Amino acid sequence: MATQASLDNPPQVPSQTSSTGRGFPTGLAVLTGFTGVMLLAASYMVFVYAPMERTLGNVQRIFYFHVASAWAGALAFLVALVAGIVFLINGKMQWDRVGKSSVEVGLMLLTITLTSGPIWGQYAWGNPWPAWDPKLTSAAVTWLSYAAYLMLRQGIDDPRRRARFAAIYVIIAFTSVIFTYVGVRFVEQTIHPHVVGPSASTGEGDFGVSARIGQTLGFSLLTFTAVYATLLAHRLRLENLSERIKQVKSAVLARQG
Amino acid sequence: MTDRVEAETAQSTRRTLKPTPLAQATLAIAWKDLRSELRRRELVAAMLVFALLSLLIFSFALEVDARSRAANAAGILWVTLVFAGTLGLGRSLGRERDQGSLEGVLLAPIDRSALYFGKLIGNFLFMIIVAVIIIGPLSVLFGISLFTPLLPLILLLGILGYAGVGTLVASLAAYTRGREILMPILLLPIALSILIPAVRATRAVLEGAAYSDITIWLNLLLATNVVYIVLAYLLFDFIVSE
Repeated sequence: MATQASLDNPPQVPSQTSSTGRGFPTGLAVLTGFTGVMLLAASYMVFVYAPMERTLGNVQRIFYFHVASAWAGALAFLVALVAGIVFLINGKMQWDRVGKSSVEVGLMLLTITLTSGPIWGQYAWGNPWPAWDPKLTSAAVTWLSYAAYLMLRQGIDDPRRRARFAAIYVIIAFTSVIFTYVGVRFVEQTIHPHVVGPSASTGEGDFGVSARIGQTLGFSLLTFTAVYATLLAHRLRLENLSERIKQVKSAVLARQG
Repeated sequence: MTDRVEAETAQSTRRTLKPTPLAQATLAIAWKDLRSELRRRELVAAMLVFALLSLLIFSFALEVDARSRAANAAGILWVTLVFAGTLGLGRSLGRERDQGSLEGVLLAPIDRSALYFGKLIGNFLFMIIVAVIIIGPLSVLFGISLFTPLLPLILLLGILGYAGVGTLVASLAAYTRGREILMPILLLPIALSILIPAVRATRAVLEGAAYSDITIWLNLLLATNVVYIVLAYLLFDFIVSE
């Protein structure tokens, strides 16, 4: 009965989020629709507009979304790193939610990279996963590190400690990824083609980037950046809503109490 | 000096005492861990038996031919060390938490990072002991001499880096539910950045590669060491502060 009474007369809850809490934010709806259109356009460019690659044929078309999802994944982990550092400096829980959401979206994007890569590799190298290649190894390790990040979060109950430890771990994880990625790349010969930066002539399945291929790749990169931003916004909205529910719950309980 | 670190007096003296210098406090904590290990002998013994067991399992599981011997021995040496190391690291701060002595150490008038460096020295020494002992059996089981002049340097750097990042991650894991399960999951992906240069340097040494092929990995190992230990120094405060 007491619950009924307090629900009829909702308690004042400190509002942390700027959203009304009711209905779907218009800005997010527009962003989602825009990203959807971009994904359709990117698919058209990848499958129709981009020319058939001479040596690899249609399989080469995997490359556009492969590179784009890898880029967006890297961006997601960079955002999580920045959010972690900012949280350790100012201690605002909002940054913890940004970090967690960004890692979740980044893991999804990196999964796309890690599944599309071997399909391409099977045709280009005749082997889906050449052992000990630094780029492949570091991509897999990145995935595992950030999966471990989510497991670390699950293992801690106190929200502030969880936020602090997650921020610490994300900093160490990013450092280790940099070491496996950049450090080893300079030492080891990779057979993975470099899309960005100087391309070693030893790369097998290397291809010259023609104008249409370049445009398609550029648009795919933009599209996946938009996909990342949209998913992050959705994920963050959910986090904020669930945080708000927690606050309302504890306010109701306090009133009864 | 050691007594000062212990819990009884720490709380009351916090305000009146000047903080103990970092080096002195670090050595006190390391010495405390070593002394407790000397009395119980449970940790190093467990690590050692585990390491010898895994060497034996590797020798059954892998058929090592003469050509790939050096590469295999390098990998087996480091995998064994890393897995044995997780046993020790899991206990390092975990034991303090279980016995409630961590609060005592934290109340002592010392720099918090002394706790990190003290634990690091302990974990480092335990792993070094294991490494020194398993080199003999490894040489015998896989028929390759590991007694080469550069190997001690690689072992020192690799173990220091692993213990450095391991002590930090183990301290994170010490506060979590189910830390025994979580610790290796958190540590191993990170440790790979130490493991890759360590294994490659060891392999280059065992294969008798050119000096420049060895030093490039050693430099990378040195760089990872420096970065991780500086990071740990900066971040450790955030772990233990309530």
